[in-house]
Amino acid sequence: MTNPSIETNHTSPIHGDVVIRTENVSIYYGSFQAVRNVFLDIPKNRVVAFIGPSGCGKSTLLRCYNRLNDLIPGARVEGKITYQGVDLYDPKVDPVEVRRRIGMVFQRPNPFPKSIYENIAFGARVNGFKGDLDELVERSLRGAALWDEVKDKLKESGLSLSGGQQQRLCIARAIAIEPEVILMDEPCSALDPISTLRVEDLINELKQQFTIIIVTHNMQQASRVADYTAFFNAEAGETGSRFGYLVEYAPTEQIFNAPQQQATQDYVSGRFG
Amino acid sequence: MTSPPITAHQTENLIDSSQKFNPTRLVDRIFKVLSLLLALSIGFVLLWITYSLLGIAFPAIAQFNLGFLTSQAWDPVQDLYGALPQIYGTIVSSIIALLFAVPLGVGVAIFLSENFLPQKILTPIAFLVELLAAIPSVVYGMWGIFVFIPFILPVLQFIHQLFGWIPLFSTSPSTRQMFATAMVLAIMILPTIIAISRDTMVSLSPALRQGAYGLGATRWETITRVLVPAGLSGIIGSVMLALGRALGETMAAAMLIGNANRINVSLFAPASTISALIANQFGEASGLQRSALFYQALILMIITLIVNMLAEVIVSRFQQVE
Ligand SMILES: Nc1ncnc2c1ncn2[C@@H]1O[C@H](COP(=O)(O)OP(=O)(O)OP(=O)(O)O)[C@@H](O)[C@H]1O
Ligand SMILES: [Mg+2]
Repeated sequence: MTNPSIETNHTSPIHGDVVIRTENVSIYYGSFQAVRNVFLDIPKNRVVAFIGPSGCGKSTLLRCYNRLNDLIPGARVEGKITYQGVDLYDPKVDPVEVRRRIGMVFQRPNPFPKSIYENIAFGARVNGFKGDLDELVERSLRGAALWDEVKDKLKESGLSLSGGQQQRLCIARAIAIEPEVILMDEPCSALDPISTLRVEDLINELKQQFTIIIVTHNMQQASRVADYTAFFNAEAGETGSRFGYLVEYAPTEQIFNAPQQQATQDYVSGRFG
Repeated sequence: MTSPPITAHQTENLIDSSQKFNPTRLVDRIFKVLSLLLALSIGFVLLWITYSLLGIAFPAIAQFNLGFLTSQAWDPVQDLYGALPQIYGTIVSSIIALLFAVPLGVGVAIFLSENFLPQKILTPIAFLVELLAAIPSVVYGMWGIFVFIPFILPVLQFIHQLFGWIPLFSTSPSTRQMFATAMVLAIMILPTIIAISRDTMVSLSPALRQGAYGLGATRWETITRVLVPAGLSGIIGSVMLALGRALGETMAAAMLIGNANRINVSLFAPASTISALIANQFGEASGLQRSALFYQALILMIITLIVNMLAEVIVSRFQQVE
């Protein structure tokens, strides 16, 4: 809202509360520009899907929302990302605190080599949780639709679970720290169709409580779970290196049925490239 | 597209090719036989060594029996021998060495694996650590005698003055002694601990690290609660390997420990280890004395064997559960 000309160029499709505001964000790895000039508002208690071809910077942008890119040497963010009005990249902001409020589920299930119970309890412990751990573990596992399958073997290693169960364990782990936003980077890409559907059901339930951003390569999945969809594309820049940018951001129905851009139309109908 | 049906002719080819002369197959077979022979020969050498140790040690074993383990005698004039001071010295010096080397080594390994420093600085440091392992132990011994012990003696003197009432520090620090030897041993085993622990930490999946940070863990929490437990089997393995080296270390111990054939509670007094005793006396030993030295060597072998087996058990247990 600071710059009226930007406002007119990037009309936000969002109605209601905005949790995360992305204002003219470009992301670099060293001198390589991976993402260029993104404007994107994330609405509260909704599911937003990021779609687009491989390498267009979806994961890169996602990792900026919880400052996980800080771990990558050379990664740099330009522009402004605000979370509930606070600039996430303000030097006064503690990235650890950011990650406690904006949780993440990764593309590959990555449970810790600890017991199922400890996997869930870990986040609570490091966050100084004072309440009833047993209760929290049960609640989180129920929330991730995993409780019935593991309730008799909480002491067993998280790695002993199947891939689909591991991913739900990671989701349980993420909701156990009670974040306000959950970032999911292709959470179903390593899962079978049945586990995928269960995770999607879960996402639909979770949005009562959380704001969710999900990266996916699966169009049906985006149309099933997302309220809004952002389509990203990659293009060769002046120097020849490819950068990613946001092409179109609209209610999911519109992206799939009446996209405004030809590139979006081509991508969602599978006529891409 | 349908594949053409397999004709009888084609199947014949399939069978033929395995019986026809084929250089790759021959090399394959030769390699198999060769590696089997090598594996067998290693086992054979091991048996051979054990058998000859037992054979030469036999007179001492027959004479002293298990009493050898608890006797403090080492008297070539009366031909009375025991191993207790050496067993004690071997184990205690190794444990003290571990007390220094494990925290330091694991700490350095974590530091080197967690990019606290830019890669430009890390690579040379890692290289230097590995150079530390390449220094011959006789050099460590000379360095200990001429540099390290004179350097550390005033510090030990100070400890003795402050804590002399504790039996462990109750004698005035000698120029040849258990404690300083153990510190040199610690330096010698550091590279083993650092190199293997670091490799373990580096090989941990980055997904673990991201997972922990993504849940709002600090760097410290990520390291202590996720990465170190995940790498524990490798770390323990490195410690056990280092312990094996400390137990068997001969040259530096022989030069530094003072070779006193008695147990002194004070760590600042001269002591002895099995390998130091053997190195010192082997040249002029004969008869029952030589036999007793072989008995000592046998004991050292058994101690090392136990340590290695313990290592296997611990490592496999941690790999299963945690
Ligand atoms: N750690 C990194 N260091 C350097 N460049 C990176 C790094 N991670 C990603 N990139 C580059 O940034 C660009 C965007 O990558 P990103 O992983 O964000 O794409 P993506 O849209 O998530 O692709 P995919 O759908 O395949 O996951 C790519 O050109 C990639 O090579
Ligand atoms: Mg990605």
